[in-house]
Amino acid sequence: MFRLLLLAASLAAAAPAQLCKPDAQNAFKVRLSIKTALGENAYAWDAHEEYLFKAMVAFAMRRYSSKSSTQIANVLLCNVTDRVSFWFVVTDSSRNLTAVPGREVEAAIRMSRHRINSAFLLSDRTLQFLKITSTLSPPVEPSTPVWLIVFGVVLCLIVAGIVFLIVGGIRQHKKRNKEPRQAEAVEEKAEVAMENGIPCETLEVKGGRLNGGFAAEEERFTPL
Amino acid sequence: MEKSRPLWDNPLQFVFACISYAVGLGNVWRFPYLCQMYGGGVASVVVSFFLSMYYNVINAWAFWYLFHSFQDPLPWATCPLNSNRTGYEEECEKTSSTQYFWYRQTLNISPALEASGSVQWEQALCLTLAWLVVYLCILRGTESTGKVVYVTASLPYCVLIIYLIRGLTLHGAVNGLIYMFTPKLEQLSNPKAWISAATQIFFSLGLGFGSLIAFASYNESSTNCERHAVIVSLINSTTSIFASIVTFSIYGFKATFNYETCLSKVILLLMDAFDLEEGSVTADNLSQMKAFLMATHPQQYAQLAPQLKNCSLEAELDTAVQGTGLAFIVYSEAIKNMEVPQLYSVLYFFMLLMLGIGSMLGNTAAILTPLTDSKFITSRFPKEVISGAVCLINCVIGLIFTMEAGNYWFDIFNDYAATLSLLLIVLVETIAVCYIYGIRRFEKDLHTMIGRKPNWYWKIMWAFASPLLIISLFIFYLTDYILTGTLQYQAWDATQGQLVTKDYPGYALAVIGLLVAASTMCIPLGALVTFIRKRLKRERVSTVA
Repeated sequence: MFRLLLLAASLAAAAPAQLCKPDAQNAFKVRLSIKTALGENAYAWDAHEEYLFKAMVAFAMRRYSSKSSTQIANVLLCNVTDRVSFWFVVTDSSRNLTAVPGREVEAAIRMSRHRINSAFLLSDRTLQFLKITSTLSPPVEPSTPVWLIVFGVVLCLIVAGIVFLIVGGIRQHKKRNKEPRQAEAVEEKAEVAMENGIPCETLEVKGGRLNGGFAAEEERFTPL
Repeated sequence: MEKSRPLWDNPLQFVFACISYAVGLGNVWRFPYLCQMYGGGVASVVVSFFLSMYYNVINAWAFWYLFHSFQDPLPWATCPLNSNRTGYEEECEKTSSTQYFWYRQTLNISPALEASGSVQWEQALCLTLAWLVVYLCILRGTESTGKVVYVTASLPYCVLIIYLIRGLTLHGAVNGLIYMFTPKLEQLSNPKAWISAATQIFFSLGLGFGSLIAFASYNESSTNCERHAVIVSLINSTTSIFASIVTFSIYGFKATFNYETCLSKVILLLMDAFDLEEGSVTADNLSQMKAFLMATHPQQYAQLAPQLKNCSLEAELDTAVQGTGLAFIVYSEAIKNMEVPQLYSVLYFFMLLMLGIGSMLGNTAAILTPLTDSKFITSRFPKEVISGAVCLINCVIGLIFTMEAGNYWFDIFNDYAATLSLLLIVLVETIAVCYIYGIRRFEKDLHTMIGRKPNWYWKIMWAFASPLLIISLFIFYLTDYILTGTLQYQAWDATQGQLVTKDYPGYALAVIGLLVAASTMCIPLGALVTFIRKRLKRERVSTVA
């Protein structure tokens, strides 16, 4: 009887050891990069942190399957290295201490990944579950791409500038067309020769005393 | 009353115009310019026309990057996710996110020249905007161009100064500067280096393009052109050196950043594989740790060895790129790693835009000046319509460069449209002025302009040194083209995530031949036509008499 109890006890102790070992069927490797993530505020990885980890995994399992049977003692950790990496496996006490299938554990962890990360002040990159890929969050995209808005603004400014300049040019052109016509009308009244192209306004202002026409003519002759 | 020729408001505008034109993208990246001979040189117009067709595409790209700089994070900082959101896009993984943004999201480049693809509407929009901006600046002729060049000449300097301060304070900038100032003696003994330097200065100053002549034609006849020539050349060279200090400090930063990223990847790989404590492997003891691990865990190390890259700062610095690669890929990669990258990105691409528009103004001035000078055309159409027509035609043709294979056509134009023909044009100009017009007459003209005769240095340079240099450059390029055999180009391979060399197809070679022929043949053809005309006149006169 005593021997049977001893056998049972040793089996009970051996079973979890067999369940949790590297590359075991339903075990997952976890890797933490605490110093990379936190730098000077990095905490040391000790037994208390391991306890928190077990608690978080149990919490994730409970949330996922919504049955309250998973205990902290069901989560087994082994092969903790200096890197801070270890293997863990979740056992099911209702089924004779066999390991919970990997798919369930994976789904549970995926669902509560963000909570687990936050508990350790880490991110998806610094707290890695090596077989569980995380879905990357897509970048926030506004309904109209930003560049089109800026493009529209610049385009409107440039087009406004062009229209302004063209309209200005047309107005100047019209003014210039009106003025020569008025000058021509005045010249016809004054009856002065237009070959020299002297504007008649200067002639009329001077009156009869100084004939602006001749004064201007002298300048045009080349010096002897 | 006769309408006088429009003039620059003050001599400063002319200097600024020349600086703005000369200090173009050529100082940030080598670029051939186009010039046009004042008074009827068809050759220059043809080269100018080719140039303006494709140059504005660069401004379109600058606009694209500028508009995309108003986002957080910058779109070229991270790779986009693949369809099931488990990782990044495959093409982006193989290459860097900046290269992916350039080749895929900006150009949407096709794997070969033959696969033309469709016009990219985003690029077409940016190109239209670029042409509208150019139109706005040249609309009123010198009147508006004169004011615009104040901005396009001075703003790049402000931005370069800001970048100089930012660049020199970046981590790792010193590595770049050391790299720039250590002469590589083997490279110096290679004649190709000197030839490239000569070509760079030649094209950078924009000689052989009528732009300088066009700008100068708006000067009053009493301008001190000797002083201006010296000023513009000095400023151009100093700007080149200044810009390369900025560029190399940014280079150094980028190379150091990549080197340190590479190192940390290797360290992470080692730590993960051998479960070592964090912080036990650092950059300093990496080589010792590697040796130690190789000795203690040989099989594991051997398994890991192919993934362990040899990180080298020298290799990062040696990845010298020129042309569009430098301006868009390397700089955007450096910018994304700075603090407040949006600010630096906006500044940088705005500067690039100013430089490009400044040079475009020179090009279009070179085309428009003969058009507006010819009485035949100005009597029928107002100035605005002529400028508008030129811009519209160039814009429509430029749509070719917005297609998926557009960048390959761009490279063709960039490499062949102007190089040989420019050398020829400038050679002909120099010989025409010195030997045909006569250097004595030229001296006398200068004497009336500036009040003294040019000294012997100028005369020797014009009459002997320049033609010799140009002829030797010309011969070098010809032999280079002939020796390399079939011409090849770099095509982007999306599956590998890098550039591969391919041969040009037949019709592309024909286009290249046409480009070179069209611009070089104009001069002898023009001479022939003039000769025949004179002959006919002489015969007519003799028959009348």
